[in-house]
Amino acid sequence: MIVGLHHYLVVSALLFSLGLFGVLARRNLLVIYMSLELMLNAANLALVAFSRYNANLKGQVMVFFIITVAAAEVAVGLALIVALYRRRGTAHVEDLNSLRL
Amino acid sequence: MEPTHLPATNFQDLAWAILLLPLVSALAITLGLRRNRELTTTLSLSAVGIGFGLSVWLFFLYGVSGERLAATPLSWMSVGSLSAHLGLTVDPLSTLMLMVVTGVSFLVHVYSTGYMEDDPEYPRYFASLGFFTFSMLGIVLSDNFVQTFIFWELVGVSSYLLVGFWYEKPAAADAAKKAFLTNRIGDFGFLLGILIVWAATGTVSFDAMAAKLKAEPGILGAAASLAGVLIFLGAVGKSAQLPLHVWLPDAMEGPTPVSALIHAATMVAAGVYMLCRVYFLLDLPAAWPAALSFLGSISALDVIAWTGALTSLVAGVIAIQQDDIKRILAYSTLSQLGYMVMAVGCGGPDAAMFHLTTHACFKALLFLGAGAVIYACHHEQNIWKMGGLAKRMPVTFWTFLLATAALCGLPVLSSGFYSKDAIFAAALASNRPVLFGIGVLVVGLTTLYMSRLVIIAFLGESRSEAASHAADPGRNMTLPLLILAVPSVSLGWLPVGAYFKSAIFPGAVTHSAEGFSDVFFEPFNHSPLGAFLGFGLMAFGLSVAFATYWGAAMDPMPGHLPRLSRALRNRLYFDEIYAATLIPLHDAVAALADWVDRWIVQGLFVRGISGGMDLFGRALRLVQTGNLQTYAFLFVAGVALVVLLALK
Repeated sequence: MIVGLHHYLVVSALLFSLGLFGVLARRNLLVIYMSLELMLNAANLALVAFSRYNANLKGQVMVFFIITVAAAEVAVGLALIVALYRRRGTAHVEDLNSLRL
Repeated sequence: MEPTHLPATNFQDLAWAILLLPLVSALAITLGLRRNRELTTTLSLSAVGIGFGLSVWLFFLYGVSGERLAATPLSWMSVGSLSAHLGLTVDPLSTLMLMVVTGVSFLVHVYSTGYMEDDPEYPRYFASLGFFTFSMLGIVLSDNFVQTFIFWELVGVSSYLLVGFWYEKPAAADAAKKAFLTNRIGDFGFLLGILIVWAATGTVSFDAMAAKLKAEPGILGAAASLAGVLIFLGAVGKSAQLPLHVWLPDAMEGPTPVSALIHAATMVAAGVYMLCRVYFLLDLPAAWPAALSFLGSISALDVIAWTGALTSLVAGVIAIQQDDIKRILAYSTLSQLGYMVMAVGCGGPDAAMFHLTTHACFKALLFLGAGAVIYACHHEQNIWKMGGLAKRMPVTFWTFLLATAALCGLPVLSSGFYSKDAIFAAALASNRPVLFGIGVLVVGLTTLYMSRLVIIAFLGESRSEAASHAADPGRNMTLPLLILAVPSVSLGWLPVGAYFKSAIFPGAVTHSAEGFSDVFFEPFNHSPLGAFLGFGLMAFGLSVAFATYWGAAMDPMPGHLPRLSRALRNRLYFDEIYAATLIPLHDAVAALADWVDRWIVQGLFVRGISGGMDLFGRALRLVQTGNLQTYAFLFVAGVALVVLLALK
């Protein structure tokens, strides 16, 4: 079986959908956070695949940027979640609704 | 002095000064001088006095020469094809009227310094008087309908202030309100008339309108008579003609000098003056819109003439059984105003203006004389509690008698004789014998009620304590009486009628009197029928009055003719009829309007729109749950929708 561009894209789409499902359906903030990372990496996979099949390095350059930014974002995000947990004693989204009217 | 040698702006400055001086004094008194009586007196007297001097000057400079001048107008507003401006017209009509208004106003000011001396609100009185004089001069000098209407309303407001001067008295407050509201009815018609004329001719300026009408007589089309009658409705309100006359007798609640100024010489004359000013609009052949075509060949002038004649008759009849000295004079004013309006309707605006001028003098004198009597009798107005005043108040009595003679039209020795005869001549010349008959009959009525007043109040024995101690008032009150007596007697000897004829109908042939007999006995030569019949009825009225009231302790009429007397004492039930018909109707309309406003406008529209917005906002707030995942879901759904739309 020859692995083509569309195989990569299907895998990428599946990963993205899984991530999205996780974000929408899970209640724990850490799990939602991991699902978000999954979505980012689905996008990365799609970019790398396009870059490889179109013989254009710009996509891979973009992926490096995304990974760097995602690393920074994980650091900040995890710190926020830890701080939130310490303050409120919970990491469940249902309990964090104090910003509504 | 030759007018052409003067600088071109001269008459403008004069006219503006005459108009604005009373306003300046009224403003100064209101804003700063209310505490200072001497300054108030000096300022308001000098403002009107200088105004009178300037008016005389203006009259001899321009009025006599018959020039028509217009001051450069101040533009006020311009909307579409309507451009309203504040302009002053200086012509024979306005200059003579200026003299009448400022002259009577000045004398009333002088008189008021005595009459109102003890009033704690003295400065407010003079401020209102000045404001009224300003408003009235605005009407006299106006050269267009919009300005006339504005000053017309200002006259209404200032008359409200003056009639209701003693506002703590409920009767005065009610009378002021009644005067204002009754006038508003007439003004509504007046405004409609102005709109019709403006729509047809495209201008509100009198001169431009007259020029257009001359170039194209049928320009008003089928609305000609309707416009005339509607404009006349304004005069019906202001000059207190028949259906709307009810406010004038009640307005006697105001201070008596006010009655002399506004209910004898100026405000009520404004209606007649306006009719003469726009006579060219009224003197059109009958033409009615289709809906009113049943009126056929009745022209606007017919309506005017009949309204005037009926007012004159009805008011004359009611006056016979009034006991309040001021109310008798009020009904006699109504009756005389009816004469003037009838004269306009009979195609004699010159006769109307002539009578307006003489009437302004002798009726102001009568009111001021009545004021002196009321003052001397400690605010007693019932003539049956006076009596014997002739001996104790000689100046008041003799001037009052001269004015009474003028009102009745005593031949030769009174101005009223000449002006009334001009009206009878106009009625005959226009071929309206019935109106002529009513006019002559009213002379008899006038003599009857005025002789009754004089006999009961001035002759015989004193009927009350106050009357037996009465005395002539001080010099500042008797002097205006003496001054006014001069024109009341002599104005008819001057060619005032001819002056007005050439003023209103430029180029008309006027009869210029030559020689002694032609000057003094002109009515007997000119229109003998009216003069002789009037004289006869006058003698008849006088003898009836003497036969009935000489030495009478009380009015014998209620005993002999109880029903008629009761009807007359109740003023022919006009107020009761209005209270039974028009006022409930008005209340019903007002209740309906209130309902529509409360439930439709305020409820449905205002509250409905705000309520709908509120509901929408509440519904939208449900979307904000505070749950992160709901937001995420909506966000994803939104992106999906956009992508879907983009791909389509």
